[in-house]
Amino acid sequence: MADTMVMKEVEATAARIGIDLTQLDLDSIHLPPGENFDIVSDDDEVYDTHNLEFDSGFGNIVVVDNLPVVPREKFEKLEGVVRKIYSQIGVIREDGLWMPVDPDSQKSLGYCFIEYNTPQEAELAREKTNGYKLDRAHIFAVNMFDDFERFMKVPDQWAPPESRPYAPGENLQQWLTDEKARDQFVIRAGTDTEVFWNDARHLKPEPVYKRAYWTESFVQWSPLGTYLATVHRQGAAVWGGATTFNRLMRYAHPQVKLVDFSPGERYLVTYSSHEPSNPRDANRVVINIFDVRTGKVMRDFKGSADEFAIGGTGGVSGVSWPVLRWGGGNEDRYFAKMGKNMISVYETETFALIDKKSLKVENVMEFNWSPTDPIIALFVPELGGGNQPARVSLIQIPSKEELRQKNLFSVSDCKMYWQSSGDYLAVKVDRYTKTKKSTYTGFELFRIKERDIPIEVLELDNKNDKIIAFAWEPKGHRFAVIHGDSPRPDVSFYSMHTAQHTSRVSKLATLKGKQANALFWSPTGRFVILAGLKGFNGQLEFFNVDELETMATAEHFMATDIEWDPTGRYVATAVTSVHEMENGFNIWSFNGKLLYRIPKDHFFQYLWRPRPPSFLSPEKEEEIAKNLKKYSKKYEAEDQDVSLLLSEQDREKRRMLKDEWERWVNEWKRLHEEEKFERQKLRDGEASDEEEEYEAKEVEVEELLDVSEEILIDN
Amino acid sequence: MRPILMKGHERPLTFLKYNREGDLLFSCAKDHNPTVWFADNGERLGTYRGHNGAVWCCDVSRDSTRLITGSADQTVKLWNVQNGAQLFTFSFDSPARSVDFSVGDRLAVITTDPFMELSSSIHLKSIARDPSQQIGESLLVLKGPQGRINRAVWGPLNSTIISAGEDAVIRVWDSETGKLLRESDKETGHKTTVTSLAKSADGSHFLTGSLDKSAKLWDIRTLTLIKTYVTERPVNAVAMSPILDHVVLGGGQDASAVTTTDRRAGKFEAKFFEKILQQEIGGVKGHFGPINALAFNPDGKSFASGGEDGYVRLHHFDPDYFNIKI
Repeated sequence: MADTMVMKEVEATAARIGIDLTQLDLDSIHLPPGENFDIVSDDDEVYDTHNLEFDSGFGNIVVVDNLPVVPREKFEKLEGVVRKIYSQIGVIREDGLWMPVDPDSQKSLGYCFIEYNTPQEAELAREKTNGYKLDRAHIFAVNMFDDFERFMKVPDQWAPPESRPYAPGENLQQWLTDEKARDQFVIRAGTDTEVFWNDARHLKPEPVYKRAYWTESFVQWSPLGTYLATVHRQGAAVWGGATTFNRLMRYAHPQVKLVDFSPGERYLVTYSSHEPSNPRDANRVVINIFDVRTGKVMRDFKGSADEFAIGGTGGVSGVSWPVLRWGGGNEDRYFAKMGKNMISVYETETFALIDKKSLKVENVMEFNWSPTDPIIALFVPELGGGNQPARVSLIQIPSKEELRQKNLFSVSDCKMYWQSSGDYLAVKVDRYTKTKKSTYTGFELFRIKERDIPIEVLELDNKNDKIIAFAWEPKGHRFAVIHGDSPRPDVSFYSMHTAQHTSRVSKLATLKGKQANALFWSPTGRFVILAGLKGFNGQLEFFNVDELETMATAEHFMATDIEWDPTGRYVATAVTSVHEMENGFNIWSFNGKLLYRIPKDHFFQYLWRPRPPSFLSPEKEEEIAKNLKKYSKKYEAEDQDVSLLLSEQDREKRRMLKDEWERWVNEWKRLHEEEKFERQKLRDGEASDEEEEYEAKEVEVEELLDVSEEILIDN
Repeated sequence: MRPILMKGHERPLTFLKYNREGDLLFSCAKDHNPTVWFADNGERLGTYRGHNGAVWCCDVSRDSTRLITGSADQTVKLWNVQNGAQLFTFSFDSPARSVDFSVGDRLAVITTDPFMELSSSIHLKSIARDPSQQIGESLLVLKGPQGRINRAVWGPLNSTIISAGEDAVIRVWDSETGKLLRESDKETGHKTTVTSLAKSADGSHFLTGSLDKSAKLWDIRTLTLIKTYVTERPVNAVAMSPILDHVVLGGGQDASAVTTTDRRAGKFEAKFFEKILQQEIGGVKGHFGPINALAFNPDGKSFASGGEDGYVRLHHFDPDYFNIKI
């Protein structure tokens, strides 16, 4: 309420002094440092506790110390030298170089100020020229202007930091203890971001939390569902809590564009890309790694976008996200990034390179971590016009030992797909035909967990088929492939086992002519949705792979996104605002029954809240599966109660509505009766104003048009 | 039952009106010729020639002898229904948007669009029994609403005028004094342009359709909101069944934004809602452009829809329709 009042005051003031608030760029206003005009910012808590730097308006100024002290005559020469050094780094503002003079001696004071167009350039200048040797006696000491004040304030005596009293945190995983075992999801539509329970029993979502302008571009759950990350101009923030969503931590990173959690959600990687003032330069990229809980920067990477955009998919659009790829399961032990001819693997104990050096791999194009083990799979394309074959290799970390390698010939492209428990790796290889005019596709299947990692080659029945989609069954041994020609490609299912052998790939089935271009396996396996997105207008086929039968076919017209809930019980299909019409989402049961649909204009995002892996041992899970009947009884009874209650409530509501309407109609009739006479008068005394019953009678009229007689002579 | 496709207009339909007996259907379109059809089999009976612009609206007298039409050629004309003769022409300085006869057919309310410097206005005219006695002067002119007034109709006993249009506000005026009596609430009312307004058969309530993708049901005396029907497309036309508690909403994506890929994308269905429970019952597909006009036959056994595609579709309900239970 207070907000709206303040806003009103502001509007009134603006109107009085003739400023159009809508035209005003609020970002262009810089408040003097330290002054808040009595506006309590919600940043204050961060400001107090972490002493974050705030934009004082001097962020793009550096101070260069240890310059030679020169007399007036040599000013110009020195200025020329300094200008030459610093204009290589970025564009110095007009009159942006200022060398103060000692008024007594008329000599320079041995330092100068340089103002750049952007803070990023200033930072870069500090990085690059701090310690620059002009000559033996003059080694530059370069600092940010903003830092100066902070350095001056450092007390001479070290004081032990105050230890703050321990405040017990909330149970951040409270949502997992929901009595009805429901799942949560977040949606973003218009300016609002909302979190709901998926209450499939009541066939509607139940609101949990709603906030307008919660994020500036998108929201993202952490991989185990503990946090919800939002993105703002000043940085990223994570939210969570037992009952509602409180801000748990903020991570300062100006103009952050992308965020990524480590799989064990201990670290948050943030990314931003900044336009250089000189258009010829590449964008400058800043990547920070924060500790999610403490908010501390653990490591940062800075550089030009070129350094980070190596490999296949980066290209014109910039880097391929995520730049830093986490490996080794949920322990967050290692992360890696690809550079030119190398893969740099870091470990999170020290945030330094393993063995202090990167893994040299000539021309590496792509790499992927195993989802569970510290193993990297990488792909190197053909070199020297085919003299050196393309290669896929598996490398163990931290030993950097090559576990397996496979050379491949006449390769045009390669894609690697890990099975979710790290048991198998499928490499889709596009090879040139002999004429080099077209390509065909095959698969190399690695069995990671078996001795010596055997590799099997799989070719489709018709090896000229184009592969449209590939997907492993999560935690399973099967995979599905969409292959053939649009608009009616085929879908095939394969298993890594055969009935007798456990080490031979076998085909389970091929479904001919399906309108599908994407595969969505249930997170628990067994069920898969064959979806025809985009060009196919949202055809959905819910398929049971165990029984090899279609459970249901349906359509969510124009659907753009499909997401299984983390338990594999429900599926959300959504039309996001890439289209103008039809925006909103549908919730389906796993077997293709439409449960409810929610239209939302300007619908941007739908995300299920992930769940951490189950604590039950596989044996226990099996036991539950065996005795499912026993457990399900209770839930079925609950379901029935709910549906009874629902229909009761529904009937009640309908009766109420009908009654209300009835009352209203009767009231109207009474008034209508009173006016009857007047109405007759208006109609010149036509007696009945109630619509008299009239009947449409069918009257048959026979009309004799013409009668003529002719005599037909039969020959 | 298969609908009857009535091809006769060359341009988008704008309005449909049944006469009281429900044997004639009058249609207006952006081509200049209002047309009358047999409401039973869709056979064309004739056209009323004389307008020189899109015809936006029409009304027929209780005894089915007079037709009044409002056109973008800045005139409103009175016609002899039977022989198509022009009886009288009211001339305005801006296009006429809507026309409505009062109870007793002695008065007519006409709205005109904002044009050049002129603001939109509502004109009340007296209609003479004998066309030769007809005069063009307005009894009353009401002004005030911003933008087009898409529809104005008579309230109970001809004592009020209800108007709605581009400013999304529904207004009730005193038809004697011209005083503004009521305005719809900003909170509960429509958010954008009200495109259509239809009275119930007994005149106790009326339904408005708006581009805000909803239709609302109002008490005609008190202007209290009774029901809201939410749909997924802008609503261009509304109608209410005279015998069942059903309402029909027609509309679709704006004609200029219609995709060419799939007819389903535009939502050109006529959607049926249960009036009291506000629940969707079903839809009638067929048009390949937005629906601009809807009308129920007074016997409640058929309805007609007119589309941007230039067709009038005449639907006679199947027997099942009368037994829908939800």
